[in-house]
Amino acid sequence: MATRSADIDKVFKALADPGRRYLLDLLHRKNGQTLSELCAHMDMTRQAATQHLQQLEDANLVAVVWQGREKLHYLNPVPLHEIHARWIGKFERSRLDALHDLKKRLEGDDDEKA
Amino acid sequence: MKKPDFVYVTYIATTPEKAWQALVDPNMMRQYWLGAKADSPAHENISDWKPGSRWEHRRVDTGAVDMVGKVVEHTPPRCLAFTWARPNDFDDESKHSRVSFEIEPQGSGLVRLTVTHDGLEGDPKMLAGISGGWPQVLSHLKTFLETGRALPRG
Repeated sequence: MATRSADIDKVFKALADPGRRYLLDLLHRKNGQTLSELCAHMDMTRQAATQHLQQLEDANLVAVVWQGREKLHYLNPVPLHEIHARWIGKFERSRLDALHDLKKRLEGDDDEKA
Repeated sequence: MKKPDFVYVTYIATTPEKAWQALVDPNMMRQYWLGAKADSPAHENISDWKPGSRWEHRRVDTGAVDMVGKVVEHTPPRCLAFTWARPNDFDDESKHSRVSFEIEPQGSGLVRLTVTHDGLEGDPKMLAGISGGWPQVLSHLKTFLETGRALPRG
């Protein structure tokens, strides 16, 4: 976490992978899951999931809490809000929202395929 | 400790003392405790911050009290914890959820601020409001401490 720009690079890199985005979707559906719980929903080895989670943690998109011997993973959307304010908020949000809604309605659900 | 409902983390280029001040000083709070929209009102949290004391989450413009609770822990500049409830539920602690702020120095002028919120099960409306609110407040707080201003709002 040296500079702001390096932090933002990490967030974009972490998001540039469908498996990692799916992990975030799983945490959005149910926050505070263990690795085993997450793996039960994924077509991915435990080792691969561990690496993806580590990368999400490095980007501060996932926060970890230890409870006894259980490592719980929490979705941490704070960096996404910064990106949102920096890259989206200043553009015409209402029109973007309208387009997004239209796209969602036409295409069905959101990006939740692993 | 109960399993938290939410855990939010932000890394801020500041000192633990300045981060702490931002959590307890209304003059700083009102500059970053903002909603997403440009016209949503700023808030400030008012209390003497002694354990057991009442605190109030107030709108800066009208003074309306939107949330209340009791201070649970006050350990400057490391940990601030309080309960969280609707004003009508102040006397019924079974309806209070719990918020804690933890400040950990990371070296080289960086602190890690962790906000944990638990005890929201059984209150889906509050849960939904909070899951949108904290990330906004924390990203505003980070930007405010690093640049002296909050993030632009759409």
